[in-house]
Amino acid sequence: MASYTPTVSIDDPRTATGGDGVLPPDWGGDGDSFGFFDTRLRRARLGLVVGLTGIAMIFISFTSAYVIRQGLPTLDPRTNTLLHDWFPVPLPRLLLINTGVLLISSVTMELARRQAARKRALARFASVAGAPEHSKEEISWLALTVVLGLSFLAGQWMAWRELAASGFYVASSPSSSFVYLLTGMHGVHLFGGVVALLTVGVASVLRRSADSQLIAVDVTGRYWHFMAALWVYILCLLEFVH
Amino acid sequence: MAGSTGGGETIMATRQIAAHEIHAHAAPQGFLRKWVFSLDHKVIGLQYYFLALTAVFVGMFLSLLMRIHLIWPNVSLPLVGEIKPETYLSLLTMHGTIMVFFVLTTAPQGGFGNYFLPIQIGAADMAFPVLNMLSFWVTFIGYIVMLSAFFVVGGAPLHGWTGYPPLSALPSAGPGEGAGADLWIISIALFCVGALMSALNFITTTLDMRARGMTMMRMPLTCWAWFITAILGLLAFGVLFSAGILLLLDRNAGTSFFVPLVVVNGQIAAHKGGSPLLWQHLFWFFGHPEVYIAILPAMGLCSQLVSVFSRKPIFGYKAMVYAMLSIGLLGFMVWGHHMFMSGMSPYSAFAFSVMTMAIGVPSAIKTFNWLGTLWGGRIRFYSPMLFAIGFVSLFVSGGISGPFLAQPTLDIPLHDTYFVTGHFHLIMGVASIFGIFAATYYWFPKMFGHMMSESLARWHFWFTFVGTYAIFMPMHYLGMAGHPRRYSQGTELAFLQPLLPLQKFITYVAFVTIAAQFIFLFNLFWSMKYGKKASDNPWEATTLEWTTATPPPHDNFGGRTPAVYNGPYEYSVPGAPRDYVMQTDPATVAAH
Repeated sequence: MASYTPTVSIDDPRTATGGDGVLPPDWGGDGDSFGFFDTRLRRARLGLVVGLTGIAMIFISFTSAYVIRQGLPTLDPRTNTLLHDWFPVPLPRLLLINTGVLLISSVTMELARRQAARKRALARFASVAGAPEHSKEEISWLALTVVLGLSFLAGQWMAWRELAASGFYVASSPSSSFVYLLTGMHGVHLFGGVVALLTVGVASVLRRSADSQLIAVDVTGRYWHFMAALWVYILCLLEFVH
Repeated sequence: MAGSTGGGETIMATRQIAAHEIHAHAAPQGFLRKWVFSLDHKVIGLQYYFLALTAVFVGMFLSLLMRIHLIWPNVSLPLVGEIKPETYLSLLTMHGTIMVFFVLTTAPQGGFGNYFLPIQIGAADMAFPVLNMLSFWVTFIGYIVMLSAFFVVGGAPLHGWTGYPPLSALPSAGPGEGAGADLWIISIALFCVGALMSALNFITTTLDMRARGMTMMRMPLTCWAWFITAILGLLAFGVLFSAGILLLLDRNAGTSFFVPLVVVNGQIAAHKGGSPLLWQHLFWFFGHPEVYIAILPAMGLCSQLVSVFSRKPIFGYKAMVYAMLSIGLLGFMVWGHHMFMSGMSPYSAFAFSVMTMAIGVPSAIKTFNWLGTLWGGRIRFYSPMLFAIGFVSLFVSGGISGPFLAQPTLDIPLHDTYFVTGHFHLIMGVASIFGIFAATYYWFPKMFGHMMSESLARWHFWFTFVGTYAIFMPMHYLGMAGHPRRYSQGTELAFLQPLLPLQKFITYVAFVTIAAQFIFLFNLFWSMKYGKKASDNPWEATTLEWTTATPPPHDNFGGRTPAVYNGPYEYSVPGAPRDYVMQTDPATVAAH
């Protein structure tokens, strides 16, 4: 008696993301619907989380190297004995000011995101008579974030100069190597965020759709917050882990 | 039973849920946008594939030069001249690097994964097409930078594909360790960036773009393999990238991350306190998952093929998924087994040893499930199936020596011998290559609209299968007899004289096996134009790529996206009108 048991109910195909018998969720399994704002936003956020995982792995590796290197002895050729050569670098106080600037930029970034969301909401009613027009005098939080981001990077550069003036160059000591490495790699990643924000600014000038702008601002904003948190982590690592 | 009428074998078609409309992508018309800077995942897949095809022939040519040098060390070759010992090390380095990165990582994931993952899950493209294009071009630039190392002063580096410092960190350490080594590191760093972008796309696409009804547990095992491989890549390539940055700084900025106090050519180098072992830890934290990055896609494909060509559902679908996940997870916990020689604590070595042998469990599950699928099947021995079975064979043969090397007491005498060379070539190298061949023969009709010549494919299979065993099995004996690997000249060493005939045999077979690859190359290009016209579903398979036109239209499904009703391996279904039920077949129900 041959029979065939279908793997799905004949009335409703199963459309769960991995479990059985759940109706189509928002999260996966709803097909490739390019053009829908929610789908695009969700996808971009998911991509960001995945991308940040990759970036996190880079800094986890550096952390691992940082911790291991501290415990390694080095051979003194004159006495032929092993000695520890790890001496913490006195971090410039300027880094604290830079940290403040970055944290403030994280706040302005969030305000920029809300501003973009507001613009998108208003854009729907732009053609309706009597709808409020976008105020030209409104503060551009996005531009302010870019300025603060660039200020942070300039501040980091000045901190490097200060370190060099105190005699700590990249290769001076193991700990100074890590200071330059971690601040430099973080700076490169933050600069990527600045470029992304500038791209959003250009898109705004070119009057790209409010949907696309909001998605870009939203994702860059989350990236920016991650970079701020990462910087606090790096600073704590350099200051406290010895 | 749903839909049962209680009598006879009636096929009752129920309502068909219309596939919902999607936004159709317009195909670009210009040559540059269509074929060069394409955003289409299929074109990008082909770009990756042909990049890997070029790379595999370069890598194979390098291996041939090494084999020639091993038995005729003083012969002068046309264009190449006489191969010096340091040149041999450069060949070894570039062969390994090109094969591991630009072939084994590129073709199965970047090539076939890009082409077929979106189609198999019912999507019109990858999640981020621009990023997809960028990841290919960054990889391509990385490949060009890698090849350019041959042409700079000093030539290609000689530190091996593992790039151990201090050799790799000191430009004065040998020829090729100057500009060539810098280019090598930059190339690897670029490759890492490309691989990270690609992993981002694969993971997002798999999680977020599946068609209606395509649950995770209804995905073909190929998709699971690409997905898990992407996760491994995401977690592993960042670590290699970091290590590469540190190595570049050691070489060019005078830092001492990896370089201890060393004397080079009688001079104390300007480094102190660094740890070569730190590099080894970082490198192998990437390096071991890399083995699975190379072989997991082949495992997924092999699972697919044994089911399709045995006309049976895959034996233990869920077990296969969990086995792949376990392999991926365990793959991150075993890197230390590459470092037993480094003087690690016996307790650490023991832990790494136990974890390594634990990988044998999911590997055995997979092997038994492949055999279980074959068992009692109505096997169709087409060329993709031959290569899939060849893969299983190589996986077992290469894998069985893994538990030997996983034990520190055995690994220490065997580590620097040909035993290891034989082991990893069988399991990581050739097994994955068999996966690539199987995928090519299987998906060629869909990609190019023609069938490949089956008779040429069979010749290719048998030459390659027998040749592979004849090359790499004797290497195990060479290793057990104590033949060191990486030595460029063994012909003049008395203790290696008895092994010279075996080395010669391997070289002769390598000639024949490499020659046989030109059968494949001819078949590939000849069939693109002159092969028999392929139908939309020539293998009578069930997955989504076989529901669309051959070759697939620009947006994969002609402006519509499929709805999925069935699992991917519904073969020999009792009561079904055919011996297979497509994933998109609405619930057709057989009554008693």
